[in-house]
Amino acid sequence: MSGLVLNGVTKQFGTFTAVENVQLSVPHGTFVCMLGPSGCGKTTLLRMIAGLDDPTGGSILLDDEDITKVPTHKRNLGMVFQSLALFPHLSVGENIAYPLRIRGKSREEQKKRVDELLSLIHLAGYGDRPVSKLSGGQRQRVAIARALALSPKLFLLDEPLSALDAKLREAMQVELRQLQQKLGITTIVVTHDQREAMTMADTVVVMNGGHIRQAASPIEIYRKPADTFVADFIGSTNLIETTADNSGLASVFGHGVPGLVLPSGLQKATISVRPEDVHLTAPGNGAITGTVTFVRDLGGTIETFVEAGGKQIVAVSTPRARPDVTAGQQVGIVLAPEVCVVLKQ
Amino acid sequence: MKREAPQSIADYGPLFFPAGMLLVFFVVPFGTMIAVSFFQRQQGGFYTPAFVLSNYERFLTVFFGGVLGFSLMLAVTVAVCCVVLALPFTYLLSKLPRRLQVIWLVALLSVLSLSEVIIGFAWSTLFSRTAGITNILVQLGLMKQAVALSPSFGAVLTGMVYQALPYTVLVLYPALVRLDPTLMEAARTLGSSPVRAFFNVLVPALRNTIMATLIMVFIFALGSYLLPQILGRPQHWTLSVLITDQAIYQSNMPFAAAMAVFLVLVTLGLVALTLLIGRKGEKA
Repeated sequence: MSGLVLNGVTKQFGTFTAVENVQLSVPHGTFVCMLGPSGCGKTTLLRMIAGLDDPTGGSILLDDEDITKVPTHKRNLGMVFQSLALFPHLSVGENIAYPLRIRGKSREEQKKRVDELLSLIHLAGYGDRPVSKLSGGQRQRVAIARALALSPKLFLLDEPLSALDAKLREAMQVELRQLQQKLGITTIVVTHDQREAMTMADTVVVMNGGHIRQAASPIEIYRKPADTFVADFIGSTNLIETTADNSGLASVFGHGVPGLVLPSGLQKATISVRPEDVHLTAPGNGAITGTVTFVRDLGGTIETFVEAGGKQIVAVSTPRARPDVTAGQQVGIVLAPEVCVVLKQ
Repeated sequence: MKREAPQSIADYGPLFFPAGMLLVFFVVPFGTMIAVSFFQRQQGGFYTPAFVLSNYERFLTVFFGGVLGFSLMLAVTVAVCCVVLALPFTYLLSKLPRRLQVIWLVALLSVLSLSEVIIGFAWSTLFSRTAGITNILVQLGLMKQAVALSPSFGAVLTGMVYQALPYTVLVLYPALVRLDPTLMEAARTLGSSPVRAFFNVLVPALRNTIMATLIMVFIFALGSYLLPQILGRPQHWTLSVLITDQAIYQSNMPFAAAMAVFLVLVTLGLVALTLLIGRKGEKA
């Protein structure tokens, strides 16, 4: 298969296992976001793909070629570092031309490619400026252009946007995604920002404790989280304990949820229900009864906190569908079976 | 944060002590030396206050010019050797685990505690015919006969580089530790081998530090006067040796002072020139 394949990749630092037995295949031209809390091994995994760290086990294949032992400078990849790592002694143009100069390209060729890349990142005419005279967003783009100068097979970015302010970050996310689609380059971004991952990725890889917990499209990750970690890490959710009777019909806090069936053999399970899928009605009529504890009205959305069966359930609604409730009031909670995701234990 | 300019004389208070020390221990002696360099020497005795240029005139001969030239050449060579050796060494040192770094730094500091005399005699033994390192080469079959490597220019250079190397490493160390390690990694991802990245990323990024280190070692080496005498022939003696000779053994204070002043001026001129070239390079 063409593209990048990670085959049982493992990295140990002494007795600590940073990445354990990771299996992943990234088809050519895909945009992958590796997402996870800090210390989950995502940066180590990226550094192993780049060849900056050596795996202690497993192999890395790029277009069917084993590159596990190939040194970084022969891997044909571009990488953007969290610190950007622009060379302070070179101008913008010289920074972008650096990889071309190393490969011994002629001056005319270098200049042509630099101009091409500068217009690609909307910085035409900035070639002679010192790097220190650029703004954060401009430096970001120079780092991206430098990494793309040799049209690499793989484009790696380690938390590339974390140094930018929120507004610029959102704009750069869109820009980066559009650039990737234009060039059709296989791209892997490490991030801890789930909005960033949802905005840009074809495939989101959620990692925790050195393992891949789930690798799927953003919408699938959100709609069908594989386990409690993914459900909890991506967006906010209500994790609710359910029990099943002998026929598999599930009930929550002693109330049956019509239509919700646990997989056979399971007596107990945790289900995930996104706050926007929790429906509040009048109590009774088969609904789960709860007490409103707090209403957070944010203008754009209204979050209603309801206590039921000793657990707190959050319901989110739009202003038009505002539930007419106040704190202390009794309400009914309706969970449609199709919005309840049964999680692996 | 912008500091307010000092308002009253009392605001300058904290400066009085260092200014006083500088005045008493630097400005006054240096001023005395400049004055003495113009004094008239009395044969077989001391000197009388006067204003004569004969001390400087005497200096402008081929012999002293040659000694000055050799001193500067030796100091530059020592500085270049030290930086060329210390830069890769310190870079590799900064990549080692913390514990090993500390051990190396302590070892280097212990070399600094050795006196110049001990370094000189240790090396002259190592370079001798009877007990020197050439005996090891003979044992290994690499040489036919043990030879004396000292006195020679190479011996002087080795001794002085040995003495100045710990300073060089200690001056370069903080800059290399502070250097962003991702710069070198970025160079590697951009197709540069580690050795090439060392030369076209690390060295240019540390240009100012390297320049400052060169100047520091140069000035340090210029003052050396024991090692050239212990490990060199008379033609390897530096101006510092001649100054000591004139001042102490010939009792010709005015001439020694004139040579010292001249050495200071030449040194300052060279340092200024280096900085000027450095600044121009930065603009280009």
